[in-house]
Amino acid sequence: MNEILSFHNVIYTYSPEETEIRKALEDISFSVSDGEWIAIVGHNGSGKSTMAKLMNGLLFPQSGEVRVFGETLNADNLWDIRSQMGMVFQNPDNQFVGATVQDDVAFALENNGVSFKDMVVRVHESLTQVKMEKHLNSEPHHLSGGQKQRVAIAAALALKPKILILDEATSMLDPQGREEVLTTVQRLRKETNLTVLSITHDLEEALLADRILVLNNGRKYTEGTPDEIFSRGEELVELGLDLPFALRMSKILGDNGIILKQDHMSERDLVNDIWISNFKK
Amino acid sequence: MMEKMIFGRYIPGDSFIHKLDPRSKLIFVFLFIGIIFLANNIISYALLVVFTLITIFFSKIRLYFLINGLKPIIFLVIFTFLLHIFFTKEGDLLLKWQFIEVYEEGLKQGIFISVRFLVLVMITSILTLTTSPISITDGMETLLNPFKRFKLPVHELALMMSISLRFIPTLMDETDKILKAQMARGSDISSGPVRERIKAVVPLLIPLFVSAFKRAEDLAVAMEVRGYRGGEGRTRYRQLKWDWRDSTIILVLIIIAIILLWLRS
Repeated sequence: MNEILSFHNVIYTYSPEETEIRKALEDISFSVSDGEWIAIVGHNGSGKSTMAKLMNGLLFPQSGEVRVFGETLNADNLWDIRSQMGMVFQNPDNQFVGATVQDDVAFALENNGVSFKDMVVRVHESLTQVKMEKHLNSEPHHLSGGQKQRVAIAAALALKPKILILDEATSMLDPQGREEVLTTVQRLRKETNLTVLSITHDLEEALLADRILVLNNGRKYTEGTPDEIFSRGEELVELGLDLPFALRMSKILGDNGIILKQDHMSERDLVNDIWISNFKK
Repeated sequence: MMEKMIFGRYIPGDSFIHKLDPRSKLIFVFLFIGIIFLANNIISYALLVVFTLITIFFSKIRLYFLINGLKPIIFLVIFTFLLHIFFTKEGDLLLKWQFIEVYEEGLKQGIFISVRFLVLVMITSILTLTTSPISITDGMETLLNPFKRFKLPVHELALMMSISLRFIPTLMDETDKILKAQMARGSDISSGPVRERIKAVVPLLIPLFVSAFKRAEDLAVAMEVRGYRGGEGRTRYRQLKWDWRDSTIILVLIIIAIILLWLRS
């Protein structure tokens, strides 16, 4: 698989003069392959959002380099790279630029000088991809949080980027809205060969990823598949992360003398395990 | 109260006036403001009133709704009317009661000015009622485009306006939320002396400002990420179309102007 984005020994600090203050990111290296879904998790202040900002040139590292599509990100190729990278942020309201849904999706296209005829086609395609095509003329305050985030995804996808970055995109949504957004992303990944980078503190969301990167105090703590990461159990809790519901449940059951198999990630696995547990005795 | 206000409100529809290009409507209103001053006798004012009524008819906005919405303006109209009646002392004396003297010319001027005022407000209200704010912004942007040569930041102004319009409902919701949060903490802005009430607004405004700045920052980042680099090299998703309707109304207005020139004394 081709490498699509990578960090090489990246160091970043918000206050370069004061050396005694802990750096936001210290010596981070990792790489993402084409078509992968990577989740970056960590507690508040672990440097997750700083990483997102470094990925598309909102910030530049003090040392080390960020490579996207094989090129080192710099001021010259910044706008080219940005047009190939869609980004969805946390607050659904604060990233809605246009007056209506279609204007918002068209915004990135307008900025990149796409002709009117192509724009109409792309706006419709993008909105169909996130199943919001019926809301072309809706205004943001008439949409739910989940719908607004889906529009934000459509807006990010309008330029057909190769990478989609979700910077805590589901953290302000209710469970239903979160479900909507996550199923949309999952479907998009199946339909197109989209690389997804989701920055999150929601471990349920991280479970959907191919690989998880755990950050702690600005350093890379560990990296691995969801199974590998969650088998660490208590260690994650110490890092200030919540375990997914299924794992927490089985741990509590275990404490009460109901011993289950340890490696179920989803609720369904847990349920299956529970109802056959009696037969194993 | 807010429900009845019609200033700046937009009522979606598909009337002849709704379908006009925002540019032609803007040009129309600006020309009309000039033309209105041509009227100076009963016939010419009658023509303006009839013309306004025809415009209202074509916009399919109920006259009752329009008049109801103009109530706040009526006080201003009555005030100017009274000023003219009492302070213009020309022509024949019509009425004298104690110290009040009403002259013929005063009455005439009072009525004319009031009619002029009402016609003006009605025509501009029809513009805002039949054109969405975003279309008005688009129209303004294209009309002002020639002024770019004189370093007028037309695109930036239009973007500023459209973003402000887009955030009005968001900030309204926010205000409501902060208001409730402060009320839950015992703040009271609906009673007490005026001084106290003004003081109580401060804890409402400060959080609102803080959050507005936060939103502005987030929005700026979101715009940058989507490739916004100013107006250069940008294409437009909203296209304006000037068709026969637009030429017609401008032509009609010119004809009205000529007739007014001929009718005025």
